[in-house]
Amino acid sequence: MNDNPQNLFVETAFVRKKKRQETVAKSIFLAMSVAMIVPLLLIVGYLVVKAYPSLSLEFLLDIPRKGMTEGGIWPAFIGTIYLVALSLAVSAPIGVMAGIYLNEYAKDNWLNRVINLAVINLAGVPSIVHALFGLGAFVYAAKFGCSIISASLTLAIMTLPVIIASTREALASVPMNFREACWNVGATRWQTIRRIVLPNSIGGILTGVILQVSRSAGETAPIMFTGAVFYKAIERGDLFPYTLDGQCMALSMHLYTLATQVPNVSESIPFATAVVLLATVLLVNATAIVIRTLIRSKKKW
Amino acid sequence: MNQGETKKLKSRPLWSIYGEKAIEILIKVSGISAIIFVFAIFFFIFREAFPVLSSPNFNLKEFLFSSQWYPTSAVNVRYGTFALTIGTFSVTALAMVIAVPFGIGAAIFISEFCGKRLKETLKITIELLAAIPSVVWGFIGLTIMSKLITQFTGAPVGVNVLNGGIILALMSLPIIVSIGEDALKAVPDTYREASIALGATRWQMVRRVLLPAAKNGLLAAVLLGIGRAVGETMAVLMATGHAVHIPHGLLDSVRTLTANIAAELGEAPERSEHYQVLFLTGVLLFCITFVINITADFVIRGIKRKQ
Repeated sequence: MNDNPQNLFVETAFVRKKKRQETVAKSIFLAMSVAMIVPLLLIVGYLVVKAYPSLSLEFLLDIPRKGMTEGGIWPAFIGTIYLVALSLAVSAPIGVMAGIYLNEYAKDNWLNRVINLAVINLAGVPSIVHALFGLGAFVYAAKFGCSIISASLTLAIMTLPVIIASTREALASVPMNFREACWNVGATRWQTIRRIVLPNSIGGILTGVILQVSRSAGETAPIMFTGAVFYKAIERGDLFPYTLDGQCMALSMHLYTLATQVPNVSESIPFATAVVLLATVLLVNATAIVIRTLIRSKKKW
Repeated sequence: MNQGETKKLKSRPLWSIYGEKAIEILIKVSGISAIIFVFAIFFFIFREAFPVLSSPNFNLKEFLFSSQWYPTSAVNVRYGTFALTIGTFSVTALAMVIAVPFGIGAAIFISEFCGKRLKETLKITIELLAAIPSVVWGFIGLTIMSKLITQFTGAPVGVNVLNGGIILALMSLPIIVSIGEDALKAVPDTYREASIALGATRWQMVRRVLLPAAKNGLLAAVLLGIGRAVGETMAVLMATGHAVHIPHGLLDSVRTLTANIAAELGEAPERSEHYQVLFLTGVLLFCITFVINITADFVIRGIKRKQ
C-alpha cells in the first residue's frame, strides 16, 4: 500500500487521529484556562456596575452617615492604612533578616530544615487561628487590649512568610560568583551581604514587601477580634484620627459589617466598598508585578 | 614603626567589628523567629483552651464525634464539633471536585500548550486572582452567587454548600495552578524531547510522560489547595449559611469549623467555657492544616531529592 515512496509522507489515518486528539486536548485545556478567568472578569464587571452610583472621591473621603446606611468609607480606609503601615514596620525587618539568614547563613542542617517547615506552616495556618493567637497573646497575655497594636502584630506574624519567601528568592537569584569575588578581596560575610548581595536583590525584596501590603490590607479574620470595630466616629478627612492603643475601623471589616450586619443599607454602598477594597489590593499587586518585570528586563547576568 | 602602621590600617575599628557581630546575631534570631512563632501560636491557643479539658461538661470523644453543638444552652450544654467538621469537609470536597480538574488542566495549558506571551498574561492574571481578599469573595458569594443559585436551582436560600464550594474552588484555583505549573516545569526537558522524537503528539507526551513524572508535584498542589480551602474563614462565613447540622445535599446550609469560631467568638464571654471550646476548635484546625502542609512539603521534597 505504501510501497510508493511518494506516499511515505502522506498523512495516514493514524496520524490524522493523533492530530485530532491533539486539537481536542488543546482546546479542552484552553477552555479550562478561560473558564478560570472569564467568571472573574464578569464578577469584577458586575461589582463595578453595581457600585457605580456610589463611586466618587466624595465616597472615599466622607464618613458613614445615618447608621452606616449612607455616606462614605473614610474611617475604614484610613484605619486600613494604619494597620498595614504598623504591621509592615514590624514584619518587613524581621522577614527580610529571616530571609537573609536562611539564604546566606544557614547551613543545610536540621535547624534549617525545621525553620523551613515552620515558615511553610506559618503560611498555612488558617487566618482565624491567627486571630485566636492574637487574642490570646497580644490582647490578653501582653495586655495590649483590643487595639491597633494587637491587630497589626497579628497581621505582621500572619504575613511574615510572604516576605521571607520572596526575600529568599531574591537573594538566591544573585549569582554565587558575586559573593566569591567579594570574599576573595577580604570582605566579611556581612560586608558582602550589605555591599553586594542586598543592592543586587533589593527589587525582589521590595516586591515581597509590596505583596505583604496587599495581603494585610485584605485580611479580615485576624483583625476582627484583636482591634477592628464596626464603627468609630471620626472627623471627615481626618488624617490622624486613631491612637495606637485604641481600636479602629478597617476596610475589609467594614465590607463584612455592611454586607451582613447593617439593615437597609442602600444597595450600591457595600458594592462600592468592595470595589474600593478590590481596587486597592489589585493596584498594589500590579505595582509589584511592574517592578518585578522592570528588574527582570534590566538584569545584567 | 612602618610595620605598626600597616597593622593599624588592616584592622577595622572596634565598633564595626562588634556592630557586625550584633547584626549577625539579630539576623540569626530573626531566622529562628519563624519557629518561635509557630510554637507561640500553638502555646497561646492551647493555653486559652486548656481549662475546658477538665470541665465536667466537656468530653473529648463528644467534642470530636458528636454533632450536637449547643454551647449556650442553659440546661443541656453540648460541645460536639462533628457537624462542623463535616461542614468543612463537604465544602472543601466540593471545591476540590471543581478546582482540581480545572486547576491541573490550566496548569498543563500554561506549561505545555501556549506561547510565551499568553503564558505571561495568564500567570499575571492568576496572581491577581490569588490576591482578591477573602472578604470580597464572601461578598460575591453572598450577593451574586446566592442570587444565581436561587434562580437556577429553585433553592429557598442561596447560601449553602454549593455556594461555598464554588467560591472556595475559585479561591484555591490559583494555588493549584501555580504549584502544578511548577511541578510540570520541574520535569526535565529531555523527557519531552525524547517523547516528541518518538513521534508522540504533545497531548500523548503530556498524558504518558509528563503526568506520571510530575504526579507528586501535582499531588502537593492539590494538598496545598485543600489546606487553603480548609483554613478559609471569611468567604465560608458569608457564603455557606449558618446551620450547624450535617448536610444532606448540595443545597443545604452548613457551618464550617473556621466560620463557627468567627461567628461565635464575639458573643462568647471571655474565659467562659464556650470561649475555651472555641479555642480548642482552633487547636483542632491548627493540627489539621499542620498535617496537610507537612505532607505537602514532604511530597515536594521527595521529588527534589529524586532529581
